[in-house]
Amino acid sequence: MGKARDALLKPIFDNNPIALQVLGICSALAVTTKLETTFTMCLAVTFVTTFSNFSVSLIRNFIPSSIRMIVQMTIIASLVIIVDEFLKAFAYDTSKSLSVFVGLIITNCIIMGRAEAFAMTNSPGISALDGFGNGLGYSVILLFVGTMRELFGSGKLFGQEIFRLTTDGGWYPANGLMLLSPSAFILIGLFIWGLRTWKKEQVEEER
Amino acid sequence: MSELFVQSIFSQNLALSLFLGMCTYLAVSKRVETATGLGIAVIVVQGITVPVNNLLYHYVLKEGALASQGIPSLEFLKLISFIGVIAAMVQILEMTLDKFFPALYNALGIFLPLITVNCAILGGSLLMVERDYTFVESVGFGLFSGIGWALAIVALAGIRERMKYSDVPDGLRGLGITFITVGLIAMAFMCFSGI
Repeated sequence: MGKARDALLKPIFDNNPIALQVLGICSALAVTTKLETTFTMCLAVTFVTTFSNFSVSLIRNFIPSSIRMIVQMTIIASLVIIVDEFLKAFAYDTSKSLSVFVGLIITNCIIMGRAEAFAMTNSPGISALDGFGNGLGYSVILLFVGTMRELFGSGKLFGQEIFRLTTDGGWYPANGLMLLSPSAFILIGLFIWGLRTWKKEQVEEER
Repeated sequence: MSELFVQSIFSQNLALSLFLGMCTYLAVSKRVETATGLGIAVIVVQGITVPVNNLLYHYVLKEGALASQGIPSLEFLKLISFIGVIAAMVQILEMTLDKFFPALYNALGIFLPLITVNCAILGGSLLMVERDYTFVESVGFGLFSGIGWALAIVALAGIRERMKYSDVPDGLRGLGITFITVGLIAMAFMCFSGI
């Protein structure tokens, strides 16, 4: 079971898709102003990576290598369409605020990268676990950034008031910068710093 | 049109304020030369695919576009057909360049396949649908947003080349400091939003 556990747990801190493999950053930054959209995005990405890894692995021996990109792309796009239609039907407001980023899961490199690097050479069960693990690794960073941005940017978590804002007569002056794009970059930079101070072997060599 | 120009190059820059194409943005920005090559490739592909997808959307996919043939809305096929168009366009562009402009092909060659999975391209097409651009606007939007993205990546590559000589704390070295640099560039670009 060692291999299965590795496939599931390694991506969370040891081989994190965002912090170490530099995959799937676009959506990580754009959807994190509110925890609610962040959470939805995490669920969607985890769902898509798990099933795309599983399906690609199932048919890996039948895919001619010259057209494998387009085959993977079609599988991923179909899964994303399912997610998109599902969100439109059951969580219309969230789907509106995620706007184009649900569609952009297709080009999220985590999914493509794992399909190519792992699912093409491993059996379906383990591939699905690897996909799930990478989804979790992605979610860890997203939830961290989302929590920070919503808490310090508007004093709320999941839309519930935590810090009372000065505008409502409370004590906390909202930090508007947290809601703008630069803060997301800087927060992820700091997260990587923390992670690499904890796990020294991830430090990059001097070029 | 000039409003669109300023908006898509500066204030709504694809890379810095909409976070599109981040993976390649961070991975291929180590040297100015390669960054310029990729930037040009993005301008070309973006300038072609956004208008093509605009036509496809308005004449085939949009609700009511094929009503005369008795076909209801094909809106849900948007994602899969856009990505298909992008993959096909990149392939055609690659073959054309290889046949007629070998020098350009050698310069851009390795970047073209990368572009299929660059979310700036698909994102551009999806934004075009969301903002309801006409055909002419979509040509402008495609070109200008490509230029904005190229500008951002060349700027970052320039800074990273310089940063080789700085003494960065161990844990921040490489990716960490790059993120923070991008954050600062993004902050600088925000000044344009007043224009």
